[in-house]
Amino acid sequence: MEIPYTVEARPDTGLYNAKVGIWLFLASEVMLFGGLFSAFVLLRVSAEPGTWPHGWQNIVLGTTNTIVLALSAITTLMAWVACKVREFGKFKFFHGCTLLLALTFLCIKFVEYSEHLNHYEIKLTNGDIYDGDMVSNDPARDHVVISGRKDSSEMDLYDLRAQKISESEITIPRSQIASMDNYGPWHNNYLALYYTLTGLHALHIVGGSIVIGYLWGPGRKLWKKDPERFTNRVEVSGLFWHFVDLVWIFLFPVLYLT
Amino acid sequence: MSEPHNAPATAAPESHDDHPVEFDSYVRRCAGVFVVVVIAVALMIWTSYLPEARLGWSAKIGIILLIASFNAFIVAGFLMHLISERKMVYTILGFTVTFVIGLFALTLYAMRDFPLHTVTH
Repeated sequence: MEIPYTVEARPDTGLYNAKVGIWLFLASEVMLFGGLFSAFVLLRVSAEPGTWPHGWQNIVLGTTNTIVLALSAITTLMAWVACKVREFGKFKFFHGCTLLLALTFLCIKFVEYSEHLNHYEIKLTNGDIYDGDMVSNDPARDHVVISGRKDSSEMDLYDLRAQKISESEITIPRSQIASMDNYGPWHNNYLALYYTLTGLHALHIVGGSIVIGYLWGPGRKLWKKDPERFTNRVEVSGLFWHFVDLVWIFLFPVLYLT
Repeated sequence: MSEPHNAPATAAPESHDDHPVEFDSYVRRCAGVFVVVVIAVALMIWTSYLPEARLGWSAKIGIILLIASFNAFIVAGFLMHLISERKMVYTILGFTVTFVIGLFALTLYAMRDFPLHTVTH
């Protein structure tokens, strides 16, 4: 049985069916991320002044990822253009670039997550607070070593941009530790939202990469049989990829800059 | 396995809006979009470092989000071809925008919706 309107446009919509489908899917995606963004707004605005983290993210890595994703959006479009002008070699090159850029994005995200998960806030029994990157946390030893600083109050932990931070290696006896918590999603509202939003976005990158990888690999057989239909598949996957880029365009300023 | 070669064109290659696709013009378009995106990102970062005494916190966030929206418009308009799409796509997006505005409006409304005699600080 032939599936109708995979290539030619339906008279009533003016579009081939897959394109209507992807736009409806993207509409549902907007609602998904919209819900999370509205949760962010709610928690951000409700936070007591001075208690919302500022400067906790590595802006260099965030900016690099923004550029990487922007470049990948361009290579995705160029892959579609290459199909349109019937140059399959160029399609392979551009979509190969997209896959490499997607991998780069995920690697940078992994580095960022690792940095956060290795960062600890340590409260001592005498009320002192230390924070920094864990250097040694061997359970066999009676102390932990961090590369960080002593904070004069809990408020010092929030706005890192407003302070000059000098870090040194600090040894803390375990007997003096009241609580020790790394910067995972359980740490506070900001990090919970950070991991949820960026994690969900990274899952979209993985999903998009699988589709693009399929079109670049086994799915390319369709090019021989029906190049126009293959081109439409590339366009649809490209629209999804651009949406993923659009989400990051808002995630970057919201999580890294504000 | 032999690689699929350039397939013979069964019809003149056309874009979604039935205009012929030219490779070089798209290269120029993409280069332009990339430059705009890089400038927008640089502007957002610069704004975020402006002292709050000079520019209030809310004004700063407003400007940053305005630049982000402009950035999104460029990407959606030129890379997703939204500046020249079919009516059906605009209809879908119109509904989406309406629902998203409703979602945010409900959130903002809920922030001020307390039971009577609630003490807020």
